[in-house]
Amino acid sequence: MKTFALAGNPNSGKTTLFNALTGSAAHVGNWPGVTAERREGICKRGGEAVSIVDLPGIYSLSPYSPEEVVARDYILGEKPDGVIDVVDGTNLERNLYLTTQLLEMDVPVIVALNMSDELKKNNERVDCAALSEKLGVPVVEISALKGAGLDELMRAAVSLPPRRGTSVISEPALSRLIGRVREADGADGALCEAVRRLEAEKRDPVTERIVAEEGASHPTFGKDYEAWIADARYRAIADILGKTREKRMRSCSKTDRADRILTNRWLGIPVFLAILFAIFHLTFSENFLFLSGALKDWHPESEFVATVFGDGALFSPGVWLFNFWNDICVAGLFGLLGGWAEGSGMADWAVGLINDGILGGIGAVLSFLPQILVLFFFFSVLEDSGYMARVAFILDRIFRKFGLSGRAFMPMIMGFGCSIPAMINTRTLADEKERTATVRVIPFFSCGAKLPILVAVSGGILTLADVGSADVIVYSMYVAGVAIALLSVLLMRGTTLRGETPPFIMELPTYRMPGAKNLMRHLWDKAKHFVKKAFTIIFASTVVIWVLSHFDFSWRLLADEEIGDSILGNLGKLIQPVFTPLGFGSQLGEWGWVFAVAAICGLIAKENCISVFATLAAAILGAAYDAGADEEGIQAVVAMIGVTQIGVPGLLAFILFNMTTIPCFAAVATAKAELPKGRFSATILFWLATSFVSASIVYLVGSWWWTAIPVALLALGLVAFIALSAKKRRRAEA
Amino acid sequence: MKKTLEQCKIGESGKVVEVGGEGRMRRRLFDMGVTAGAEVTMRKRAPLGDPLEVTLRGYELSLRRSEAALVTVEVGA
Repeated sequence: MKTFALAGNPNSGKTTLFNALTGSAAHVGNWPGVTAERREGICKRGGEAVSIVDLPGIYSLSPYSPEEVVARDYILGEKPDGVIDVVDGTNLERNLYLTTQLLEMDVPVIVALNMSDELKKNNERVDCAALSEKLGVPVVEISALKGAGLDELMRAAVSLPPRRGTSVISEPALSRLIGRVREADGADGALCEAVRRLEAEKRDPVTERIVAEEGASHPTFGKDYEAWIADARYRAIADILGKTREKRMRSCSKTDRADRILTNRWLGIPVFLAILFAIFHLTFSENFLFLSGALKDWHPESEFVATVFGDGALFSPGVWLFNFWNDICVAGLFGLLGGWAEGSGMADWAVGLINDGILGGIGAVLSFLPQILVLFFFFSVLEDSGYMARVAFILDRIFRKFGLSGRAFMPMIMGFGCSIPAMINTRTLADEKERTATVRVIPFFSCGAKLPILVAVSGGILTLADVGSADVIVYSMYVAGVAIALLSVLLMRGTTLRGETPPFIMELPTYRMPGAKNLMRHLWDKAKHFVKKAFTIIFASTVVIWVLSHFDFSWRLLADEEIGDSILGNLGKLIQPVFTPLGFGSQLGEWGWVFAVAAICGLIAKENCISVFATLAAAILGAAYDAGADEEGIQAVVAMIGVTQIGVPGLLAFILFNMTTIPCFAAVATAKAELPKGRFSATILFWLATSFVSASIVYLVGSWWWTAIPVALLALGLVAFIALSAKKRRRAEA
Repeated sequence: MKKTLEQCKIGESGKVVEVGGEGRMRRRLFDMGVTAGAEVTMRKRAPLGDPLEVTLRGYELSLRRSEAALVTVEVGA
């Protein structure tokens, strides 16, 4: 089967074309060595089934960015049967720059002139025949969004003859020089390789000698061939376009009008904050549009309001889907399965394993699927419409202070929903160190699954001591998470992940209405990925936890109240002392190990922390424990406070520990996939260190207020040290 | 009159005459079409004063002031 590679600029409609060509049969993998996704699919258009490989979206084949190196290595190393170069017809000048580089490779090329529908709308015309003649390769007009011209494209692609590289560079002096460098490689020297050698900042000796002999020098660029060649490419493009395109007048476009508000000097930031709030409100709010009070005031006696809105609160679409999914699908289906297990006459332990272990564990994780998808949907709309680039534009100034670019903001904020899509989103960051730092701090943006810990434990704190209110505690913990994230980014960028702030030379793409098909495709991929994870990693780990908590070391099945003798209970007691500096370790006495176990079980899924309390409270207190209709686990925490006599500082430290330590299994697996090579083990250590340090500080300062003084002095000293050494470095460089 | 792109006022247009800097940053500017002879128009500053937005070669490009300072343009020729 023939293989074709799809190449093109970001925003050229490459992904849309890939989806249109391959239908639903795509296969997602990773490029060897880098974290960029590699997508492959089968296309049956054009009379022959061919394999399509989607190269990363790139502007150029320069050797500086990992995506560009991947694309270059793929075309030169794996020798596809052809390259389909997707070109945005509304932005030809810059898009053809990559084309001029692709043409220099010894590979058949076909240009897919995309967005033909938009060209027509703008009353522009591109003469494909003339363009094809100028470039020396076929040019086919298509509209990936409308599915027009795809058969013609693939028919032309499968019949491409083999071809040697050609260059659009026509200046005699430069051409002769490139020719000589190529000859030095022998008869089969590749054109693109010769160009790369000339462009290199440090030329190899052979090339250097030819340059010295040839002496080609430009009046402006001298022997700066990198600048000369780039200039020659753009001049050739201008020349080609002058003869093949009907010039248009630049009018005030929709994009200009939208940007008058969206990146406005005064409105830009408030509008952005409003959009962000709306997204989280739509996804997570249990009091949609704050209608609860309004409805009750409006019609206090109405039966209709009471029935439809329950206790009066209208749920946001996200919460509504969450409830629907959990009541109908998860609870319904799993209830049926559980009932079947109980009625099947299996041994008690097997029923327990299936019901409490497997169904409970997978159910807890699957229950978050709707909200993750809703959040992901909104962020996909922002990305596909072109707004995400504006967000980076608006926020770059702030993020630069922390050694990041504005692009890092979106993945971080997505972390409030779920770390997994957030970590995947870091692919938009070109700089490896920036990506590493961002992936590491994403878990500190407390995700939806950590919310139950926050709500239950702060509820418990209120019953213990009459301080503040629950939402103040929850809110300040969120703020603490963000502060720790920004501080540790600053720390990492000043030490182990030191590097220049990545450049911010970025296209602000034309706004486009996101295609429904593409959005659905994104969501479907996401859901598939997530469900697969639930039934593999989470499935295995819940089985392990259940077994460890229900058997002792001689593999005797234990009753619920004997949980203290289980393998897990013993392990909990063993590691309990580790948490002593954090306030929830050995000082808690006989039942203190419960906190240790809860923290460990949280590594599988953060929801486990509270469900461990609930299970153990029932086991320890027996009939004396009554959770009532408490869904948030506050009673379970209160019960644990009762038996362990833990104090407020210890509880706060427990929350902070769980917020900043190693995230859940699924997030750890994602981090491993997304982090650059060799950064994973240090990341695990980083999470452990951050959580121990920050939780210890909270416990220390909370228990003995005067410890705040040395802690603050130490922190100040650290910041000053980093700032000073950065200054010193800058001076040394200058 | 020659000045750097960073010094251009909003709405001002010019022709690129020289691109400074080195390595990755410089190459990136070339790849995005910031080469000698390109027509650039300063469009706006971000809400916090940095980065900048310019139009060139028919599209919108964003770059920081420090990066724009590397680009020399000929204005009002």
